[in-house]
Amino acid sequence: MAEKLINLENIHKDYGGKVVLDNINLYVRDKEFVTLLGPSGCGKTTTLRILGGFETPSQGVVYFDGKIINDVPPNKRQINTVFQRYALFTHMNVYDNVAFGLRISKVKESEIKERVQRMLKLVNLPDYADRAVSSLSGGEQQRIAIARALVNHPRVLLLDEPLGALDLKLRQNMQRELKAIQQQVGITFVYVTHDQEEALTMSDTIVVMNKGRIQQIGTPVDIYNEPKNAFVADFIGESNILDGVMNKDYLVTFCGRQFECLDKGFAPDENVDVVVRPEDFELLPPDDERVQMVGTVKSVIFMGVHYEIMVETEHFTWMIQSIYETHVGDRVGLLLTPDDIHIMHKS
Amino acid sequence: MTNKKNGFWGRFLMFLMLFFLYAPIFVLIVFSFNSSKSRSVWTGFTTDWYVKLLHNSAILNALYTTLLVSVLAAIIATIAGTFASIGLYNMRRRWREPLLQVNNIPVINADIITGVSLCILFVFLGRRLGFELGFGTLLIAHVTFNIPYVILSVMPKLRQLDNNLFEAAQDLGCTWMQAFVKVIIPEIMPGIVNGLLMAFTLSVDDFVISYFTAGSVETLSMRIYAMTKKRISPEINAISTILFVTILLLLIIINVREAQQEKAAKKRREEFKQ
Amino acid sequence: MKNRRLASLSAYPYVVWMAIFVVIPLVLVVFYAFTNDAGQFTTANFNEMGSYTMVFVRSLVLSAAATAVCLILGYPVAYVLAKESAGFQRIALMLLMLPMWINFLLRTYAWMSILENTGLLNTLFSDIGLIALVNKIGSALSSSYVPIDHFQMINTQGAVILGMVYNYLPFMIMPIHSVIVKIDRATIEAAQDLGADDVTVFRKVIFPLSLPGVLSGITMVFVPSVSTFILSKLLGGGTTMLLGDLIELQFMGGAYNPHLGSAISLIMMIIVMVCMALMNRFGDGEDQAVML
Repeated sequence: MAEKLINLENIHKDYGGKVVLDNINLYVRDKEFVTLLGPSGCGKTTTLRILGGFETPSQGVVYFDGKIINDVPPNKRQINTVFQRYALFTHMNVYDNVAFGLRISKVKESEIKERVQRMLKLVNLPDYADRAVSSLSGGEQQRIAIARALVNHPRVLLLDEPLGALDLKLRQNMQRELKAIQQQVGITFVYVTHDQEEALTMSDTIVVMNKGRIQQIGTPVDIYNEPKNAFVADFIGESNILDGVMNKDYLVTFCGRQFECLDKGFAPDENVDVVVRPEDFELLPPDDERVQMVGTVKSVIFMGVHYEIMVETEHFTWMIQSIYETHVGDRVGLLLTPDDIHIMHKS
Repeated sequence: MTNKKNGFWGRFLMFLMLFFLYAPIFVLIVFSFNSSKSRSVWTGFTTDWYVKLLHNSAILNALYTTLLVSVLAAIIATIAGTFASIGLYNMRRRWREPLLQVNNIPVINADIITGVSLCILFVFLGRRLGFELGFGTLLIAHVTFNIPYVILSVMPKLRQLDNNLFEAAQDLGCTWMQAFVKVIIPEIMPGIVNGLLMAFTLSVDDFVISYFTAGSVETLSMRIYAMTKKRISPEINAISTILFVTILLLLIIINVREAQQEKAAKKRREEFKQ
Repeated sequence: MKNRRLASLSAYPYVVWMAIFVVIPLVLVVFYAFTNDAGQFTTANFNEMGSYTMVFVRSLVLSAAATAVCLILGYPVAYVLAKESAGFQRIALMLLMLPMWINFLLRTYAWMSILENTGLLNTLFSDIGLIALVNKIGSALSSSYVPIDHFQMINTQGAVILGMVYNYLPFMIMPIHSVIVKIDRATIEAAQDLGADDVTVFRKVIFPLSLPGVLSGITMVFVPSVSTFILSKLLGGGTTMLLGDLIELQFMGGAYNPHLGSAISLIMMIIVMVCMALMNRFGDGEDQAVML
């Protein structure tokens, strides 16, 4: 098994001088579920389109299974795509949509029939063959789009925000189902989304992108717990990000006082970004002796499992998540332990 | 709009309006079956005028010309208009918008100016290249005023297409040509057919532009014009009736098609939201 | 991206076609308008128009009158129609548009047979004794009264206006209706909520909001009215020559003079352009223009 099924080396892409991808280096292993995650305009869709063959990189090399495929057209790649709004053919019924790719490659009708039916079963729509595409709901169209791509036995399936048009409940169901399908057919999925929750729940590997550059590549756990910079910290989960000064190894100053931390290797008195996750605070009575900062509760929103509390201290207004209820106007004390504090180089 | 329903007077007003619009046409049709030439006194039922029509070689010639030019113009305009729509749709906005403006000129301009300006062009070119106004120039004129309507009915269909449709076809193994023939054309076919019907109807109906560009050739509406100028004959009423029924049928077909498509599109949109 | 650029090539033949058969003809009109037979630059064609001032005035006055009548008749119908159910409206609009698809000449011809001196209306008037009644009153009032045997309806300016109204009235109703029907119900309810009675709601909310439609309607009736060239011949008896007839005369008639014809066409083109500019500026006429 080739370790690197897809390999992107030094990919640059610009449209008339406007840089969309800047030095993208990325590999995807066989049978891996990789998610390209980032805000709109970060270059994730362009990266996917380069893989699909709909765009050619301005510079750099795209390898597939060890061969350069820069100039191979989309119809000659062992890669299929599920498009954002599905791009189903509305003048054909479900069966003909799914059979389309097989017919183009001149597979025998008897085999087509068998493969289409197997696919419809896989996406849980076994009785839908004769339905008109226009009579399907969004979720059903989604499944047909997946079946239409998978029936061709691609090595890689590209998915461009496939759940974006669905409502929350359906989206969560489809996330689970997609993951199950991927494990069942055992092929590589490259998935594009701007939804961090989707990325965290489905992926083996997440590639966080911003402004045409890769910010961080890692497992969901790595990305969440050890964000490499303030952007990743802010984009994945919610964070308090503020300016600080790294006095020396394991010692940082922010909010007018020094805190112990676990980070080292910064220049003496380097200006840094300090990141604190809202769920990492401990709320104490203001007169508790361990308290590091004291503030006033400005707002409290009940979020279901926890409360989201804004606490205004002398230097900064913190967002804090706590399962304990507080009231606006309460004075509270805040405590951070060294492993709650994440220090990042200024980007 | 408002929550209040119309009372009697509202409905009555609408009825009066429709009466005003249809009464003359109704009179026209009724008197096509009148046994005398009188246009005001009913003297008995006959279908003689229709029979006479069938033996009027001038009218039959004009009808033949009209049908020939309408069919040819509609087909040429539909093919050209479809290609033009696809081209315009894929153009950069900067070029597309001004070109669509030019495309709209024959639609919004007064017919007489379109007719006169084409007449000048044909005379101007004819004098230099040695041809005369006739069927050829008539056909060109019809194609010219038909294409914009084809574009106006195909363009919305292109806009409705999923942006990735063409790429989806390629992704599934189609070459450029296959994607075009197997996916794009079938997807916009309803718009193309509507454009064709529209172009045909407009061509049959046209008088002003034909009048200025046909030379010695005569279309049906030009024949009618000649007849109204000279002596009055119920044969005109008979033609009117035939044309009215034909147009009625064509319009019913177009409208039923549109209604069906709208229904399907609406359903699709609603389903999509769920 | 590559695909789109390639696909855009298929518009080029039509662009050439438009250049030859849409743009150049209009350029030729302008060129002819400013030249004489020898091809020399001149403004004489425009000076010559002076002798046709009456035609210009008549054209504008008759078209304006027809437009006004259309507005007065069309607005209430559009307003009332907008209150009906969607299905009713769809059918009613189709019925309104249907006559527009019958050949213009035939629609006009229908009125000829109605308005003639021996036509349907005069026969009707004489049958119900209306003409006799008028004659009785006339001779009672004045000894020099000459009895009539018909009302003169055809070959009058009134008949020409009637022809315009009949032919273009739907163009007034459609755009006004389409604007009124789009007015948000909540806007009207808000006005009622704020204390406006029905008349005030109409005057302060519905009418101002429907103005773009009114403007489109005015343009869509005025432009074809001012450019028509057969109506006056068929209904006005040729005595009420209009701009369109004047242009036709220069190209097809005995007074062959394409230079003068072009100059008049140019003026008409400017009138059309001004109307269109007004409509685009204030109205959402684009949709309606397509329906023509």
